[in-house]
Amino acid sequence: MLQVILKRIAIAIPVILVVASITFFLVRMAPGGPFDAEKVVPPQVMKNLNAVYNLDAPLLIQYKDYMFNLIQGDFGPSFRYPGRSVTEMIFTGLPVTLELAFYAILIAMIIGGLAGVIAAVNRNTALDYIPMTIAMIGICMPTFLLGPLLVLYFGIHLELLPVSGWDSLAGDKILPSITLGAAYAAYIARLSRGGMLETLGQDYIRTARAKGLPEYQVILRHALQGGLVPVVSFLGPAVAGLIGGSFVVETIFQIPGLGRFYVEAAFNRDYTMILGTTIFFSALIIFFNLLSDIAVLLMNPRARSQA
Amino acid sequence: MKNSYLYIFCLISFFGCSKAIAPVDSALDKQILHFGNGSEPQGLDPHIVTGVPEHHLLIAMCEGLTIANPKGGENLPGVAKSWTISPDGKTYTFYLQEDAKWSNGEQLTASDFVWSWMRILTPSLGSQYPDMLYYVKGAPEYHQGLSDDFSSVGVTAVNDFELKVELTNATPFFIKLLSHYSTYPVHKDTVLKHGSIDDRNGQWTRPGNFVCNGPMNLNTWELNKEITVQKNPLYWDAENVRLNEIRYYPVSNESTEDRMFRAGQLHVTNVVPLEKCPVYIEDKNPDLRIEPYMGTYFYRVNTNHPVLKDKRIRLALAYALNRQLIVDKVSKCGQLAAYSFTPPGTAGYEPDTSIPFDPDLAKSLLAEAGYPGGTNFPVLEILFNTQEGHRKIALAVQQMWQQNLGISVQLVNQDWKVYLAREMTGDFQISRAGWIGDYEDPNTFLDTLRPNRGNNKTGWANQRYDDLLAIANSTNDQELRYSYLNEAEKLLIDEMPIIPIYTYVKAYQISSDVKGWYPNIIDTHHPKFIYLER
Repeated sequence: MLQVILKRIAIAIPVILVVASITFFLVRMAPGGPFDAEKVVPPQVMKNLNAVYNLDAPLLIQYKDYMFNLIQGDFGPSFRYPGRSVTEMIFTGLPVTLELAFYAILIAMIIGGLAGVIAAVNRNTALDYIPMTIAMIGICMPTFLLGPLLVLYFGIHLELLPVSGWDSLAGDKILPSITLGAAYAAYIARLSRGGMLETLGQDYIRTARAKGLPEYQVILRHALQGGLVPVVSFLGPAVAGLIGGSFVVETIFQIPGLGRFYVEAAFNRDYTMILGTTIFFSALIIFFNLLSDIAVLLMNPRARSQA
Repeated sequence: MKNSYLYIFCLISFFGCSKAIAPVDSALDKQILHFGNGSEPQGLDPHIVTGVPEHHLLIAMCEGLTIANPKGGENLPGVAKSWTISPDGKTYTFYLQEDAKWSNGEQLTASDFVWSWMRILTPSLGSQYPDMLYYVKGAPEYHQGLSDDFSSVGVTAVNDFELKVELTNATPFFIKLLSHYSTYPVHKDTVLKHGSIDDRNGQWTRPGNFVCNGPMNLNTWELNKEITVQKNPLYWDAENVRLNEIRYYPVSNESTEDRMFRAGQLHVTNVVPLEKCPVYIEDKNPDLRIEPYMGTYFYRVNTNHPVLKDKRIRLALAYALNRQLIVDKVSKCGQLAAYSFTPPGTAGYEPDTSIPFDPDLAKSLLAEAGYPGGTNFPVLEILFNTQEGHRKIALAVQQMWQQNLGISVQLVNQDWKVYLAREMTGDFQISRAGWIGDYEDPNTFLDTLRPNRGNNKTGWANQRYDDLLAIANSTNDQELRYSYLNEAEKLLIDEMPIIPIYTYVKAYQISSDVKGWYPNIIDTHHPKFIYLER
């Protein structure tokens, strides 16, 4: 197991460096610069600005300097927000995004897992069709539609919950968490149903039933562990996707998370911020994939022996 | 489904099922204004930032020599309690408030202005607004590195409370410039404690470090969440400041902001969503405000283009547009059809120009230029940055040109920075543009189209136009000056390097609790006049 982890980490480092290099040159190829604005910056001022941010050096020198600083863990200053370092901005937004992703995944797992198991156990009945139809609608419904709908009903019509904010007003985390979690709940419901159906057809389940175990014990003690393996392997990329894809929910609900910085950095051509967030997200994706692989190894003896 | 309802129910009961008290309701007693501020400010250093959200924050926390009049018109005293102007209009002497203090209790003196203006003119600071002070004698030379002796710049502290400013030319709008944040003073010791004079990344603007001289003090600053400022008891006019706190929310999504307002989380919004504006007008929404704004929406014409360099074609394009129809049926938010570049009523200036909607005249001009009925006219391209409002206008313009002139028009939308880059390099034929005045004077519009101005971007250079503006800005007689500016404006509309479409309006929502908030063309609402009352 340790060997697997070390091997994965060893692969991760060059992957991140390649991502950094490709991103560095890609953002420079995009037309427009960080200081372009509707009110044109006079050439003299532009020259001074480029000098301040080392943008007047040849591109390869800039690349060398950037990579040198990156290896030392320095993402540089933000071009858009003078006085803020990229590291500071990432670590300001990250806890919020992580918390949002955590609640969303929790909601997704509880609702999705439960719905999937119920559907599988009650295969081809109304208790199967109804949750699965809802799951299909959930997969298809974009967050930018679900979010405002929930806000209109619970926030403006019923006046029960705040319509925006994070950690400012009581209950302001509920609607964004549900909005972000809903689509993933739908995926998890379908995955866990599939996994459970496969497991429920196995010989050892029949053996358990033949021994006279009550059905709930068969499901909870025997079927669930195998049935949820697809869900667990989905969780790694899902968490990474939740963090990177939280932009829409963060915008709808005015949440000060990392997703907004990421997207706005691209629009603003905030070179260092684009690079910093891209590298950071790449590292997160690698990390969560590794975590979910480890979890699968722990849950599945066959995979463990192959590893 | 049953499960999801159950879960939502559990969550809601956990956090309490009672109706929440809206922030605007609880704000009345405490005099806390909840303000929708558009987007996260770049920063709070008045010499570095550019933009409207920053302007809203800085007028609360700092103060220049004058402040913009909330009811429009001449500026009011700020740090300067009075001033005198020499007969030739070139020398200004400002007498400062003796009780003007920095928020750390130190006395604010004339030399603070001298140092601050030296800072913004320091080339290595990379300020984007040094040109606001280019009217001061020697300032452009110092900023462009032609001189490194700041004593050659025409700003001197005669004593602690007297500041003398010498200008190159009589600049009748100079007093107006002094309410712009780029001319604000900064606290020298605080700036230097956290960096050098030209340090863009100094930490002096952080809560706890920030020292300035406005009616409010910086209290908290949470990125992308909110900035709170609280009343500054040391402000020279503190007894007239009634608000205790302002909370600025950087809500960049218009629909989110609208929902926040409806749920009682905001007193004032920054905008009204595009699609909601006509609905609110029809519903007679009592909170909706639509006020004239000092900005013009126009199409920029690339006069270096082989076809568009012909003035007759530019005029044909302008005359083929039904502006009234565009504002009535397309933009639909109270915008005013524009027949001049400078919005009418800017500092009492009324441009005497007209642009007829006359398809027949347009057709004959096009025929005269060699394209009767639009035959052989190359496909024209309209460049705009990706946004629904711009797309709708472009579609209407495309339709009108096709119908009235018989020419083909193609629409090209680009990401904001790509659009800017293409405009800058002249890689366009016609491009969508907007200009918002920096200060209330026609010069802020007309100056942009002088030859060699970076914001011209049309390639149009007219010596007579340049001369007229130069003469206008060297005279101290306002009436004479406006007549020169009017002549320049007529010349501009006669040459049509830009095609005005509409004058912007400021559309927003405001709670009836907010008092002391007056409509004005520059959309400046100084917090010291605002209070809450129901």
